[in-house]
Amino acid sequence: MTDAPKRTPLYDLHVELGGKMVDFAGWEMPVQYPMGIMGEHKQCREKAGLFDVSHMGQVILKGDDVAAQLEKIAPSAFTTLKEGKARYTFFTNDNGGIMDDLIVSNAGDHFFVVVNASMRHQDIPHMAKHLEGVEVTEIFDRALVAVQGPSAENVVGDLCPAARDMKFMETLVADIKGVECRISRLGYTGEDGYEISIPEDKAVEITRAFLAHDECEPAGLGARDSLRLEAGLCLYGNDIDNDTTPVEASLTWAMQKRRKEEGGFPGAARIQKELAEGAARKLVGIKPEGRAPARQGVEVQCADGNTIGAITSGGFGPTVGAPVAMGYVAAGHGQPGEKVNLIIRGKAQPAEIVALPFVTQNYKR
Amino acid sequence: MTTYYSEEHEWVTVEGDIATVGITQHAADQLGEIVFVEQKEAGDDFEKGDEIGVIESVKAASEIYAPLDGEVVEANEALADNPGALNESPEGDAWIYKIKLADAAQLEELMDLDGYKALIG
Repeated sequence: MTDAPKRTPLYDLHVELGGKMVDFAGWEMPVQYPMGIMGEHKQCREKAGLFDVSHMGQVILKGDDVAAQLEKIAPSAFTTLKEGKARYTFFTNDNGGIMDDLIVSNAGDHFFVVVNASMRHQDIPHMAKHLEGVEVTEIFDRALVAVQGPSAENVVGDLCPAARDMKFMETLVADIKGVECRISRLGYTGEDGYEISIPEDKAVEITRAFLAHDECEPAGLGARDSLRLEAGLCLYGNDIDNDTTPVEASLTWAMQKRRKEEGGFPGAARIQKELAEGAARKLVGIKPEGRAPARQGVEVQCADGNTIGAITSGGFGPTVGAPVAMGYVAAGHGQPGEKVNLIIRGKAQPAEIVALPFVTQNYKR
Repeated sequence: MTTYYSEEHEWVTVEGDIATVGITQHAADQLGEIVFVEQKEAGDDFEKGDEIGVIESVKAASEIYAPLDGEVVEANEALADNPGALNESPEGDAWIYKIKLADAAQLEELMDLDGYKALIG
């Protein structure tokens, strides 16, 4: 990409707060603040962290038949998604691979969709092409801010009492400091929290108001990655991509029963076959026994030395206090407790298959 | 004691024919919080520019390159249990190797403090 990286409405605030800015998916984003990745990670697990996620694509879908149209390109149930509810889903390709993962919310008179920053250029035309009779509008004039952690309810609730009564995966429109915002109780950290869509001209003011809370500190992309990894949440491009199916990635919980049975989405034949017979490989948690982090691409071998898979995400887990990883292993492997070896810089390092997540998810059900 | 600096952000001090090698505070700050160090063992020899270890931070893995030809006489074993020391005192207690110099003349190819300061701006 030759274009200069884009800036979110919070760019100047990041710089003022000492954010170390990096290019991420064509956006200049803070990877960390002076507190550091470890501190920001723990802040989010213990109190609250605030993330700018304005680089993600926010999309409005309008039409008479949006839910049914969405079911043509994503294998979740939308016709039964009630107003005020959000759902995690993914677009599949004809081979059953995952084109992107996303959140779809029923906002009453429209559907609200949030897609990955790196995939918005694919997803918007994809929706426009396949959703018949649906008006697809990408929003460019709103920031998106995530407040995550056990104190998130107080941080957001102090400014917006209605947020306190929301449950996990609920969404509503409410005023914050007199500004109409869309508030959704969800996130990408494994913690309770919210994502708040804010008109861009008020984004700094409202973000400052959240940060003014004693228990809320800014957190960058570094902590966002270590938090999601400990929580066992997939990163598109690492753990899931066009070549991985929802069955391989253990994401079939996002496919409701009717959709699994009826099909009617791209790649249904392969996905339904894998649902019935199992997939050739499976995404699992992998915990190195030593201190060396196992990063993306590290080979996984079983005890007899045969290659059985590879790491797709890995690093140090600040809450776990040790390295953590996820990766694919071949069918017949991957039971929790299985001992494997990770080939890190040519040396075999012992590790164990573990159940995901590495830390207990802490959602407000 | 004179301290020498490499373009790979290492510092070197010398007593007799033994050099002590570590990473600079600037390097440690750039790496972020360090969680793992892989070191060579006493007796391993190498040439200038060879990879002689790896430092892993919460962000990424970074290689350590030999600033000089030599042989490891001691690796700082305290770093295995406490890699975070490399953030706290990279130019003090958290040295990485003591190295027996093969060619002391190579020191002249390294920078002095002013040269290093100019490098890191």
